[in-house]
Amino acid sequence: MAAVVHPGQASHLGDWAGRYFHIDQVLDKPGPRTDPSFLAGDGVKKFLREECKILVIGAGGLGCEILANLALLGFKDIHVIDMDTIDISNLNRQFLFRQKDVGQPKATVAAEFIMKRVPGVKVTPYFGKIQDKDDDYYMQFNLVVCGLDSIEARRWMNATLVNLVDPENPESLKPLIDGGTEGFKGQARVILPTVTSCYECSLDMLNKPTAFPICTIANTPRLPEHCIEWASVLEWPRIWKDKKMDTDDPEHIGWLYGVAAARAKEFKIEGVTWALTQGVVKNIIPAIASTNAIIAAACCNEAFKIATSSAAYLNNYFMLIGTDSVYSYTFIHEQRPECPVCGGESVEISISRDFTVESLIEMLTEKQHIQIKKPSLSTPTKQIYLQAPPQLEAATRPNLEKKVSELVADGGEVTVTASSLPFSLSLRITYT
Amino acid sequence: MIKIWSMKKNEEAANKKKPKTSAAQIRVQKDLTELDLPATMQTNFPDPADLLNFTLTITPDEGMYQGGAFTFSFVINTNYPHDPPKVKCLPKIYHPNVDLEGNVCLNILREDWKPVLNLNSVMVGLQYLFLEPNAEDPLNKEAAEDLRRNRDAFIANVRSSMKGSTVKGITYERVTV
Repeated sequence: MAAVVHPGQASHLGDWAGRYFHIDQVLDKPGPRTDPSFLAGDGVKKFLREECKILVIGAGGLGCEILANLALLGFKDIHVIDMDTIDISNLNRQFLFRQKDVGQPKATVAAEFIMKRVPGVKVTPYFGKIQDKDDDYYMQFNLVVCGLDSIEARRWMNATLVNLVDPENPESLKPLIDGGTEGFKGQARVILPTVTSCYECSLDMLNKPTAFPICTIANTPRLPEHCIEWASVLEWPRIWKDKKMDTDDPEHIGWLYGVAAARAKEFKIEGVTWALTQGVVKNIIPAIASTNAIIAAACCNEAFKIATSSAAYLNNYFMLIGTDSVYSYTFIHEQRPECPVCGGESVEISISRDFTVESLIEMLTEKQHIQIKKPSLSTPTKQIYLQAPPQLEAATRPNLEKKVSELVADGGEVTVTASSLPFSLSLRITYT
Repeated sequence: MIKIWSMKKNEEAANKKKPKTSAAQIRVQKDLTELDLPATMQTNFPDPADLLNFTLTITPDEGMYQGGAFTFSFVINTNYPHDPPKVKCLPKIYHPNVDLEGNVCLNILREDWKPVLNLNSVMVGLQYLFLEPNAEDPLNKEAAEDLRRNRDAFIANVRSSMKGSTVKGITYERVTV
């Protein structure tokens, strides 16, 4: 069925016969539950293969799977961001990497591998942090798939995409598909910024990081982990003072391992190893290649369905629990009205350039539908007026007499917090 | 692509453009401006524009630590409130739950921290340590041992340590006001 492949030429000459035989059966005609806006046939194929730009965050355990799946689904303009380099311990599951690649950037090596293996797909790598990129960069994509292992990076990506939503521009709403795994457990979810619940809305569902009581660590260690925590939490700052611990630095890990092992010996505890030391201080959770495969596949199917409208997509949270037989459950995680990222009210306020901060505060307290008592105001970069504590009130009091226009640019955002508000209120200030 | 825009409930919802202030920053602003502290606790901001680094001074008005002023540093990271604030006791003090490096044993600063807790809960928790030192969770083992064995001797040690004396070979910092 498939014709001979000429690598490197496929993208110019178009795809060889039969390449998308299976996928096209989904795209050529609508199914019973396809969205009415589904354009069967050439329209949707053209969008998927020529226009759609997809961003993958993370090129690790999930990222490798995601990149391979997307390329095979027919996405042709894929971008990938990862700040890490390849470690030898990645090779058991991050199948786009080989021993010779150890030390190289994950994003670059993964991109090259996919392009070589799946002709006609363009993968653009970025070796660096997601925080290096600005709104204009994220604006160019149609959708974003995250395969991350850090809560902090997810919160940043989520908040960035929620903030990107511009009421005047439908293109600014980028679906975010987030995958995550932990041992035999995993989750995949679809976040439509401002429309469905966001990552921040579900922050309280997270397991809390393992922390041991500090007095146990100091006095009555019973586990190898207690000894490692003793080395990293108590001994490191005592010996090295303000020197920052770098958990990627083998010398630092080596020092911690030595200290922890000595303590373990003293208390006759067994099990302190180099790998465990690294695992505890870096908070490494066991990664299982097959769990990554399941979750990445779920994420990519959703990306495909969202990009093509060819079938109903996940609404909005899928969880997989493989720790006790296999159990999975899909539910709608509700948006939280008091979510600091996507919840809260937003109000547009138009004032004259002469309006003072004091009169703005007065205006807010008088507005019947807002009903704020004692509001505190800030911009993303500075405080405008804080009601408390006394020192900060005094420090910001001179601003009361200033004009709002001196502190906030036209169209700028002001965050208002007050005890009467569930979380915060966002003001968009324009001048008349 | 799916047409998400049509799912926006109404015009008003479409106007919900959000600020670029980070969630941690908003939360800290909310926590700080809604602090409800007794006169025995005072915050100090070395740089009033930086809400993420400050100190708290506790001056207990009852109990065995009455007459002392105890300053703690607070460092809040951008993953707050998922991560608890990092709190250290700045002066070297004689206390069963504070070690000589300033580490504090308070459950809500580590194993029992939850994002629903706030800076006020942490501060009240710290003050409680001065009203009811706890010999069961020792960080300064000697001090805990003294408290367990002989409460009066412990109180005498507290009084002299607060004046900057040496207790069992360790010189403490003068913290009396």
